[in-house]
Amino acid sequence: MAPPRKPRPGFSRRAQFGLFLGYVAAATGALIGAIVLVLSFLHPPAYIAARGILREATTPVSSGLHWVRRQVADIPPGVGGYFGVMGENRRLKAEREAEKKLLARARQLVIENIRLRRLLQLRDREGETVATARLVNATSASTRRFATLNAGLWQGVRAGYPVRGPEGLIGRVLEVSPNTARVLLAVDPESIIPVRRVRDGMPAIATGRGDGLIEVRVAGIANMPYRAGDVFVTSGAGGLYPPGIPVARVMRNARDTAEARPLANPDALDFAQVQRPYLLPPARPAPPESAAKK
Amino acid sequence: MNEPLRSAFAEPEPPRRSRRIAPATIMLGSLVTLLPVVSTVPWLPPLGLMLLVGWRLVRPDVLRVWAGAPLGLFDDLVSGQPLGSAMLLWGVSLIVLDMLDMRLVWRDFWQDWLLASGTIAFCLIGGRLIASPLGAHVDTALALQILLASALYPLVSRLCFALDTKGRP
Repeated sequence: MAPPRKPRPGFSRRAQFGLFLGYVAAATGALIGAIVLVLSFLHPPAYIAARGILREATTPVSSGLHWVRRQVADIPPGVGGYFGVMGENRRLKAEREAEKKLLARARQLVIENIRLRRLLQLRDREGETVATARLVNATSASTRRFATLNAGLWQGVRAGYPVRGPEGLIGRVLEVSPNTARVLLAVDPESIIPVRRVRDGMPAIATGRGDGLIEVRVAGIANMPYRAGDVFVTSGAGGLYPPGIPVARVMRNARDTAEARPLANPDALDFAQVQRPYLLPPARPAPPESAAKK
Repeated sequence: MNEPLRSAFAEPEPPRRSRRIAPATIMLGSLVTLLPVVSTVPWLPPLGLMLLVGWRLVRPDVLRVWAGAPLGLFDDLVSGQPLGSAMLLWGVSLIVLDMLDMRLVWRDFWQDWLLASGTIAFCLIGGRLIASPLGAHVDTALALQILLASALYPLVSRLCFALDTKGRP
């Protein structure tokens, strides 16, 4: 088959010139792309506004589709629940009886704990939840891992706030617009989280690998063995992530660096909580008065 | 006066309808990232890019040669890549495809498929090199994504063809 040729300009000067201008425009477009690309590396927050406007416009579509997905996903458990509810009721009643004793003991422990803490004069900083919303879509076609959160400036979300799910850390907010926010997931290759091992408090650094796993590296002394099943939680170092949020579980025995599976599943049909940073960054020093007066 | 000679054998003018819907479908393809799935690996084939290549190979006269930059800009805004990467890569791809068109005399579908796979692989690998650090473990997923996109190209090409012929008398 002969190729479906573009119309040739022939001897028409005007057509030739038009074709030439087309190529000039194409090369210019690619060049502008290169310049924009360099700018977006030199100054990453340069295009927040453009992305924000488009995100504001498109997130309602995602939210609607997410609602549909939740409804569809609810059907099988609903059918199962309808038939299994009698047996479950009986089982739960028995369970409640069995756990009464445990509950009483737990209450006692809580009271004792409060008393002891007061004795030690410990002061706690609880991770304060700012907003609760759903992650509705992600950049599934790109090698970067960003998700869109269905809450933004008007709900109190600010750039830099950590985001967690019920099971563990999801990531942190990168960009905000009035009703939506862009979240850098913990599995993104450029995400870095200071963590410590639950077992002995060994500090480490958790970076995303890009393939859905997290890489844990020793922060201090080298040559530290990891055991399969070691759980890492945020350490609170750096002041961004509140300490004690579960991050990842090591998959197999290793030394120095270990592959770990993230504990939170951002795709779960559940809410994500946006929390305040553990310690707010120090305020900028005020500009010297004398220079301003002159 | 200097108009090219028109005869009954000349190619018909491209329908204005295809000129309008080609960019629209490509932008819709870019918006497929709105699917309500928060994935942890890049698995979604880049539908915007596939439709761009599909339209370009099925109807070379529907897309202007400079269309890569504006369509790439829109794709960058929704895809999560740093802004400008698709502008650059898509723009370069369209220019290179035009230059190849001048060299190639005979064309068949297999050749089109090869060209499309090459373009998709070029854009995806280029985008990966621009966006993610070299040490990131995304290459397996990227290879699967390229394979998937190449395998789906015939469908996309059929879709472009159907959209194009629907408006014709």
